[in-house]
Amino acid sequence: MSGAEMTSDPWLILLVVVPLLAAPVCVMLRSAGGAWSVATAVSWVVFAIAVKLLITVLDQGEVVYRIGGWDAPWGIEYKLDALGAFVVLIVTAIGALVFPYAKRSVEKEIRGDRIYLFYAMLLLCLSGLLGITVTGDAFNLFVFLEISSLSSYVLISLGQDRRALTAAFRYLIMGTIGATFYIIGVGLMYQMTGTLNIADLKTIMPAVVDTRTVHAAMAFLTVGISLKLALFPLHLWLPNAYTFAPSAVTAFLAATATKVSAYVLLRILFTLFGDVDLFTAFPLREILIAMALAAMFLASLSAIWQENIKRMMAYSSVAQIGYIVLGIAMATETGLTGGIVHMFNHALMKGTAFMAIGAIVFATGAVTLKQLEGIGKRMPLTMAAFVIAGLGLVGIPMTPGFISKWQLVTAALELDMWPLAALIVLSSLLAVIYVWRVFEVAYLRESPIVAHKPAEVPLSMLIPTWALALTGLYFGANATFTLNLAHTAARSLMGGL
Amino acid sequence: MTDMIDMATLNDWIGLLNYWVAIVLMMAGFYTVIAQHNLTKKIVGLNIFQVAVFVFYITMGKIDGGTAPILGDGIEVYSNPLPHVLILTAIVVGVATTALALALVVRIHHSFGTIEEDEIQVIEHDEEDVA
Repeated sequence: MSGAEMTSDPWLILLVVVPLLAAPVCVMLRSAGGAWSVATAVSWVVFAIAVKLLITVLDQGEVVYRIGGWDAPWGIEYKLDALGAFVVLIVTAIGALVFPYAKRSVEKEIRGDRIYLFYAMLLLCLSGLLGITVTGDAFNLFVFLEISSLSSYVLISLGQDRRALTAAFRYLIMGTIGATFYIIGVGLMYQMTGTLNIADLKTIMPAVVDTRTVHAAMAFLTVGISLKLALFPLHLWLPNAYTFAPSAVTAFLAATATKVSAYVLLRILFTLFGDVDLFTAFPLREILIAMALAAMFLASLSAIWQENIKRMMAYSSVAQIGYIVLGIAMATETGLTGGIVHMFNHALMKGTAFMAIGAIVFATGAVTLKQLEGIGKRMPLTMAAFVIAGLGLVGIPMTPGFISKWQLVTAALELDMWPLAALIVLSSLLAVIYVWRVFEVAYLRESPIVAHKPAEVPLSMLIPTWALALTGLYFGANATFTLNLAHTAARSLMGGL
Repeated sequence: MTDMIDMATLNDWIGLLNYWVAIVLMMAGFYTVIAQHNLTKKIVGLNIFQVAVFVFYITMGKIDGGTAPILGDGIEVYSNPLPHVLILTAIVVGVATTALALALVVRIHHSFGTIEEDEIQVIEHDEEDVA
């Protein structure tokens, strides 16, 4: 075989196969503790593989694995470049922290005889998200998209409140429409090009791009993925899903699922259509910027009015997705760097925020602002982590949010779009309002409960929360690594490598 | 002369019949998902929507006069098997989605006592006020 001399890195496939096989193992173990041990061990193994792959990618560029030894485009190839390695790092790092965190939280929130199934689902979701990131095949991507989606519907429906069921159902309907739109797009592409390999599609695309079929395909792909991404106004499934899902699930999905969808959007716009000048042929930039701005302002405004802190953070997620899409829409190296680095930074901050909220729910059961009065004195450590995350969402200097917003403002100024830069700053002020509402009730109001004993949570929950918060602070103070990685990824997407 | 043009257009139309069917089904399914309040009917709509995509993929692979892609004497024109294989996967995914959706509907019926979306929304709205 001609491609035999090409390096085929087996670690790439292990990234997907290990969690995929561990899921049925959890089901067979039938014990909560056993399933948790397996799942946590797997999440750490996968994180180690991700770090190893990142080092390889930074060292030699792309890593490729040909499944069954078949060369692309006949066989399915798995491929990891700087962008993919960055996203894999985000997903596995969050996984490695959420799994240990989940133990106590899940014991409290989910019926004992279902816990082993919960971990099987969480592993399937992890494996689906990683599969989306590493695959180089458009249809294979759909399969992984559905693996991660189906498992997340189940995970959301496991929430204690009965509204979790309707939230999961709504997400199922919208998610399935999104995924079906995506395969319609892939089908139209296949009609025009006869290939499903993304790299192959990229080379054929310039020859067929001026056909209505390809235009329709692009529309279907973009809208389908925007549904999964929860890009405003397609975000309607997200707030309730995040609000009523079990705390650990919210922390995991909020930090990973939308980032992976953003990655798919980047792949479509800049790899699949990488050789054609998409942004001059369509008013794509204007459309995406308009939706991103709408997300940043309207979702932040909605967040301000929420009484339920989980829903407030969910709306904040929709707003933050706006920033990511804004960076993507600018379609310049600086803009993309901002968008990509914000994927990482937002994962850190929202992961911390939802883990802290999960800890509060664990200790007190409180989710509304009224119930949270004086929580800062009763749970000082947990709330301190939340404060760090909140400041990060606002974009205070020394937090990771500042790094990405600075990058986005720079990108807007480079394009001479100074109103856009002003709007980015203005929308951050909205974040100040909703984050301040939480700080105010948590620290400035007296707790209605007489017992002022600190009600802190077990270390197995506190340590992952703080680990993520401190990672956030580190990358807020010293962003060289993340910015360089994001810049390398952006440069290769823009075709400058 | 005009007859010949008509025949050609007619042939085009008949040749594209499957695509028309796919589009009509797709829109009918999509409309059902949006317009129906009954959750089970929504799932039916979703199924029709997905089946339309299956029809579209299967049509795409078919070639006029083509046979099954079997290596044998006298077989020269054959249909493209790849879209057909892809759709097998999509069918499996569709079955899993439907099963999960129906399971959720059963659970929703248990906890809300109804599967009409507007009634559920009223109940959920009331709960919001309490919280």
